[in-house]
Amino acid sequence: MKNRLTIAVTGLNNTDNPGPGIPVIRGIRDSKDFDVRIIGLAYENLEPGIYMDHMVDKTYQIPYPSAGIDNILRRMAYIQAKENIDVLIPNFDAELYSFMKAEKRLEEMGIQTFLPEIKQFEERHKSALPEFGKKYHVNVPKSINITSYNEIYTIKDEFQYPVLVKGKFYDAYIAYNEEQVINHFNKISAKWGLPIIIQEFVKGTEVNVVALGDGKGNTMGAVAMRKQYITDKGKAWGGITIHDDKMLDLTHQLIANTKWRGGMELEMIKTTDGEYYLIEINPRIPAWVYLAVGAGQNIPEALVKLAIGEEVTPMTYYESGIMFIRYSFDMIGNISQFEQISMTGELDKKEINHSTLNF
Amino acid sequence: MKLKGNIAISESGFVFDSSTGESYNLNSVGKDILNLMKENKSEEDIKRQILQDYDVEPEALESSYYDFTRMLSQFNLIEHEK
Repeated sequence: MKNRLTIAVTGLNNTDNPGPGIPVIRGIRDSKDFDVRIIGLAYENLEPGIYMDHMVDKTYQIPYPSAGIDNILRRMAYIQAKENIDVLIPNFDAELYSFMKAEKRLEEMGIQTFLPEIKQFEERHKSALPEFGKKYHVNVPKSINITSYNEIYTIKDEFQYPVLVKGKFYDAYIAYNEEQVINHFNKISAKWGLPIIIQEFVKGTEVNVVALGDGKGNTMGAVAMRKQYITDKGKAWGGITIHDDKMLDLTHQLIANTKWRGGMELEMIKTTDGEYYLIEINPRIPAWVYLAVGAGQNIPEALVKLAIGEEVTPMTYYESGIMFIRYSFDMIGNISQFEQISMTGELDKKEINHSTLNF
Repeated sequence: MKLKGNIAISESGFVFDSSTGESYNLNSVGKDILNLMKENKSEEDIKRQILQDYDVEPEALESSYYDFTRMLSQFNLIEHEK
């Protein structure tokens, strides 16, 4: 008999900078072991996932992380009273800290999560990558954190241009000179705050791994992918699974050493000499996770099982040469859907009332 | 010269390197050469087979074969000699 579960998921922004919500939901819905009701948690009322068919059963708007943990928990308590959520899967870097902090209080409400520990989350920050590399014996590009204009002029003493200019959470641009660094510094700091990370530009092919750690040092799944088509925002619009023992060994080693709990994405550069440089660890499932499901590893399903305390057998095989290609698609909706989510902060796909708008 | 183990070749001449995700398109001569390499045939055997199957002069094959294998090496499709 299938296990009936109510699962809440964030990251429904299926845009050209996609959140992982919809791919995570697709993985869970593919599970032969669960019968699920999906609760979408959205920040914006135009996140496409809210309106997609067969994905989210009901969506609730939730406050931004900047509103504070108490406000988020108050909203979660309201939603919990109506929905009886079993598992919550947050999918945004920027919200993870709040949900990790609230882990115990969510558990008291009956909501399970399977997130990294605060220490794991903190030490893999982009701004702490050099220390992370040293501690876990992984190659990382040289990088420094800068917090002011003056420091931009010292970059040339330590790096050769081009360099990468990165935000704390998101955004990364290549800069070939100081003027470009200033430009990117302004743009990124206005959006994501300080510090700005200046990173050595390592030439090579970008390869990524989606993985799941059980929190005890075991890798429950890991799939490697090479981006084939990259958008101007640097996001994978197409990708293909690859088999690379060195990359997978590195993933296993990192999960064993950090005792990583939850989903993760390792972003690496493979140089022409076959060396690997870790450029980023995203502490959550990436938006391309459905490729892993297609290649034979249902990582979202395994994460849910770990969250509810079920035994999970590590997934060690996947097929290489499995591809994904994203596409854009115009959904046609009615203003009443938008009205409902905008006015009440909730949208039940089965109970859409006709709008009473008078033209 | 040995082809790497993770190279897949289709009947149409499409080649996929499963360790890097790179893919290549080959014409029928290239496909035949790669398939013979995959069978661990010697360079002499491969050339003999190509001369038998295609209308080509030995000198022309010699130079094209050299260019082709250099390209395979550049694309990292060949096992490095130990």
